[in-house]
Amino acid sequence: MATQISTSAGRDRFVGGALSRVDGPAKVTGLAKYAGEFSAENLAHGYVVSSTVAKGRITAIDVSAAEAVPGVLKVITHQNRPSVAGEAKAYQDMVAPPGLPFRPLYDETIVFSGQPVALVVAEEFETARHAASLVTVTYEEDTPQTDIAAIADEAYDPPKKRSGIKPPPKPWGDAGAAFDGAPIKLRQQYRIAHEHHNPMEPQASTVIVEDDGTYTVYDKIQGVANTQLYLTNAFGLKPEQVRCLSPYMGGGFGGALRPQYQLFLAMLAAQDLNRSVRVVLTRDQMWSFTYRPGAIQTVSLGTDGSGKLQAIRHDAVHGTSTYEDYQENIVNWSGILYACDNVELTYRLAKLDTPTPGDMRAPGAVTGIFALETAMDELACATGIDPIQLRLINYTETDPVEEKPFGSKALKSCFEQGAERFGWSKRSPEPRSMRDGRELVGWGMATGIWESLMMQSSARATLTADGRLEVGNSTADIGTGTYTILTQIAADALGLPMDHVTTKLGDTNLAQAPVAGGSWTAASSGTAVMKACRKVAEQAFKLARGMDGSPLANVDFERVVFANGRIEVAGDASRSVALTDVLKAAGKDKIEATESASPDKDFKKKYEAYTHSAVFAEVKIDEDLGIVRVTRVVSAIAAGKILNTKTARSQIMGAVVMGIGSALHEESVLDHRLGRFMNRNLGEYHVPAHADVHDIDVIFVEEEDKANPLGVKGVGEIGIVGTAAAIGNAIHHATGKRIRELPITVDKILAA
Amino acid sequence: MLIESGSVGAHAKIGITLTINGERREIEVAPWTTLLDLLRERLDLTGTKKGCDHGQCGACTVLVDGTRINSCLALAVMKDGAEITTVEGLAGLAQKHGTNTLHPLQEAFIEHDAFQCGYCTPGQLCSSVGLLNEGHARSREEIREAMSGNLCRCGAYTNIVDAIEEVMHQGAAR
Amino acid sequence: MNRFDYVRADTVADAIKALGGDPNARFIAGGTNLVDLMKYNVEKPGRLVDITRLPLKSIEEHAGGLRIGALVSNADLAYDERIQARYPLLASAILAGASAQLRNAASTGGNLNQRTRCYYFYDEGTPCNKREPGSGCPAIGGVNRIHAILGASESCIATNPSDMCVALAALEATVQVSGPEGDRAIAFADYHRLPGDDPSKDNTIKPGEIVVSVDLPPTDYGQHHTYLKLRDRLSYAFALVSVAAALELDGQTVKTARLALGGVAHKPWRNLEAEALLQGKSATRESFKAAADLVLREAKPQSENGFKIELARRAIVRGLEQAAAGTPQSQSDKRIQ
Repeated sequence: MATQISTSAGRDRFVGGALSRVDGPAKVTGLAKYAGEFSAENLAHGYVVSSTVAKGRITAIDVSAAEAVPGVLKVITHQNRPSVAGEAKAYQDMVAPPGLPFRPLYDETIVFSGQPVALVVAEEFETARHAASLVTVTYEEDTPQTDIAAIADEAYDPPKKRSGIKPPPKPWGDAGAAFDGAPIKLRQQYRIAHEHHNPMEPQASTVIVEDDGTYTVYDKIQGVANTQLYLTNAFGLKPEQVRCLSPYMGGGFGGALRPQYQLFLAMLAAQDLNRSVRVVLTRDQMWSFTYRPGAIQTVSLGTDGSGKLQAIRHDAVHGTSTYEDYQENIVNWSGILYACDNVELTYRLAKLDTPTPGDMRAPGAVTGIFALETAMDELACATGIDPIQLRLINYTETDPVEEKPFGSKALKSCFEQGAERFGWSKRSPEPRSMRDGRELVGWGMATGIWESLMMQSSARATLTADGRLEVGNSTADIGTGTYTILTQIAADALGLPMDHVTTKLGDTNLAQAPVAGGSWTAASSGTAVMKACRKVAEQAFKLARGMDGSPLANVDFERVVFANGRIEVAGDASRSVALTDVLKAAGKDKIEATESASPDKDFKKKYEAYTHSAVFAEVKIDEDLGIVRVTRVVSAIAAGKILNTKTARSQIMGAVVMGIGSALHEESVLDHRLGRFMNRNLGEYHVPAHADVHDIDVIFVEEEDKANPLGVKGVGEIGIVGTAAAIGNAIHHATGKRIRELPITVDKILAA
Repeated sequence: MLIESGSVGAHAKIGITLTINGERREIEVAPWTTLLDLLRERLDLTGTKKGCDHGQCGACTVLVDGTRINSCLALAVMKDGAEITTVEGLAGLAQKHGTNTLHPLQEAFIEHDAFQCGYCTPGQLCSSVGLLNEGHARSREEIREAMSGNLCRCGAYTNIVDAIEEVMHQGAAR
Repeated sequence: MNRFDYVRADTVADAIKALGGDPNARFIAGGTNLVDLMKYNVEKPGRLVDITRLPLKSIEEHAGGLRIGALVSNADLAYDERIQARYPLLASAILAGASAQLRNAASTGGNLNQRTRCYYFYDEGTPCNKREPGSGCPAIGGVNRIHAILGASESCIATNPSDMCVALAALEATVQVSGPEGDRAIAFADYHRLPGDDPSKDNTIKPGEIVVSVDLPPTDYGQHHTYLKLRDRLSYAFALVSVAAALELDGQTVKTARLALGGVAHKPWRNLEAEALLQGKSATRESFKAAADLVLREAKPQSENGFKIELARRAIVRGLEQAAAGTPQSQSDKRIQ
């Protein structure tokens, strides 16, 4: 039984509490080191020269002026690079989509603007940067195609499906006929702009050449196992030759799931020069790999006056690169969120001359739910039914696609508690009916949904003679609070104070774990740590029971608790042994266990697992000028057990902020003639600033889930899903203007 | 003329004096080295972060003679004679005033969970100290506006403002 | 960033001499724009003359107004008590711009000379007539949502990004410059120029000249002013449209009006005809609309920025309303008054 572990081996003293981050002191003092901050003797610096064209080939590269700069060690191009793996397959990382990955400096072919065409390596960073400006590249240019709207007609069903991403389900019922026959019909096109992750830390790798010829690699990655796999394959190295670390990461959001080209280039240069090398990308170069692909979607909803959905159709097209078929789940949500007898979901890709798009916080769901939940709001207006009521009318307790019940779904509680906190009952339904001085006030809501996943993961726990415990694995804390929750779980499992437990992450020398993404880390690594700690507890108990005159003699494991650094008989604290004495008596300097945790197959057979949310937003808009302020957001979340209410709340708040960005600000703008993103900087690619963010109220509704022993479902992504739709719906409520294209900027409001 | 460097293209370095986190240092710098690169690449003070390198994110914020600036846009040579405080020196700043091992803002940031990935945090902290030194912001709205030069992609804004507000009120109460 | 000589000057004369009429040399003070541009290889000076130690850091009484030293930081200027009391429009405009950190570093003279934020100007991978005369203007027909609607040319549609300068234009400041050929005063309206067929020149300062001060004439608009900035996020963003407005009122009648726009042209945009139109009129929405229409009569949209014309029209009306009501826009409370 799932919950047994914590009752038998320890007590929930810390799990479920509001604890400050254990890595807080390191982060507020500047001592936490990120991938581009590790140094080595004789470290050289690489600076990337980027292609100015999007498509074509390099006809000449002149590096003479660059190489003449004192302090320049080498300029590496496709013409003089050392030999690397030729097969594109060798560059496939753990989460690569179908296709043939981009090979940096492989040949003269240019497949996207900003593609690395040379690496200048120098003694000092500034020298490399200066010399890079002296490299002249001549291109033969082809006409790029980067306009998804222009080629949406040529979109295709991806022949090879991406692992872990379900293609749209087969249609059920007859959505076409049901839609045509529905008394109330809504069919609209929705668009979302290309968005870039823009974590605060630019992509960076430091490759250190050790004396024994092995490499220590600090990489900005959401899982060092992926870095190691990539390097071993692309460079023909053995895993034991490459230790990869990423103890801290300055923001990922999916952007650092895959190893990026600066890693490849740093290793290439390190091998070429037999010298430690660091390569950090510029902010500008953060537009030269992964992004959330803009999409064109059509949603059709049919109903009668009752509000019951008779037909749902949802079609989406988005771009991918010419060399890989990136796929995300945009439309499937429309089959899962509501009960409907006639559903047809379709999804296609179109080839663009850009880098391959990639996962960005709640990939697909941000895009698809914006369309679906805006359409639902439009339907609420068309039927005169309250938006929450409309969602309740179409509520489903089972997953209509898999025809299985949800393991847990407290979405109704989200509606109730969210509405209560927000004051939804005071909403006057008519658009333009609420005002505050010169400003129109709008209240909107939307539902959010995200998968609750668990991945196979292992963890190691080591109890040492001084009574301290170390736990950890190779996954990353990307700012989510993984260090903290694993420390809480371990401390509870062995009844130790938090400061007696150290969690180590982001090192391939630690137990194997997957990349940190998909909101699966708490469930996966949390369960693995819990199991490893239980194993240690069992071993410690056995030793304790065997001690001379042990007070635990003749007591079963199930009857003891671990508390205050001791093993004690439940209900009889007088019968106890200190863990330190156990190890001392046994003459051991440590007790260690490595355990692996996998998803519960029985549970998966019976249930579907999702997190849900109800998002409520208030906007105030100057009527004449169209300037929008998001003055209040309430996000009610159903995500199973919350391990740490402080850090989990921050996860949701942060995701809401990114949702505000998606709704109002974020857009990477392409000049299609050049195939080039033009606003490649944080001054012109707007992410929300302090002034844009007001009160965000997070509610975690109670939800009991049994998919894993911790009862946790993950909170990294659910907070962003639905936020943009709630804001867009609020803008409609305020102004009567329905804007179906994100971001909702002033020009669109004025034009509507 | 006070200083003239050597000819173009040479490794012309200029001797300057900086007091960094209370420690006086004589340093040779090239004129094109920014204060940020000097701190991170030469002095191993990597607490100050490079987020954009163009004054558009605030991650590199340090205090120069008590005033917050973007160290990425400051040439180190031009700060000759200045007192620099980085995130590594904030605790020392607090100790000078006879408080704990951490600056009250550092404590408040931890307590209010005013960061996630931690990469913008040193800049947010130095900026907050600068804000308190300036004394212009009082309300939450004014704090938000005065902190808008520090982007946080994890979206910890509300918690950051909570932390600053708390320390501001502690200061006012004192 | 290229390699350069560094020279530190301690007097204005020294600084001018150090620049030595070298077209490839630049003065540097705050560095907030120049260092930024150098990292993009847009500016590649062979020599930088550090002027931060020149004695140009004071604000002094001058001819009934104030004389602002070129090295007064944007922050010091905005928070100066005399500026706050007598030129609150200027203080407000400065505080609407950039961030606290940038305002602490940026100088008055540097703000005057800051360059456009046009994407193509900043991107050495694309042509740009301003950066590389004769290479073309891809912003025309390209990504131009943020570009000019007034006074643009066939060769350049960039805008001036300054907020401070919009207020200085409305206040009819005078720029004092010093150069190898002596000192001269430039009326603010003549300081920045339109792109015409030579967009490489942003202003009328001559090679070798240095801005030494900005003089503010006396004014008498009291609280009847505003700086209203509209942008894509609520702070730390350049203006799509901004309006500096100041009114001298006699009861409800406009005695004099000053109106300047930012974010719409290659220079802070004033239309004297529109200001004259307001003179003697009653301070009503109707008069303000007429003035706005006049300002925007010559406006010409690019492929993506037509909305700016209507936005500017509405912003002018609101700005004048705020000024008339004596309720200047707060730069921290984002509710538009």
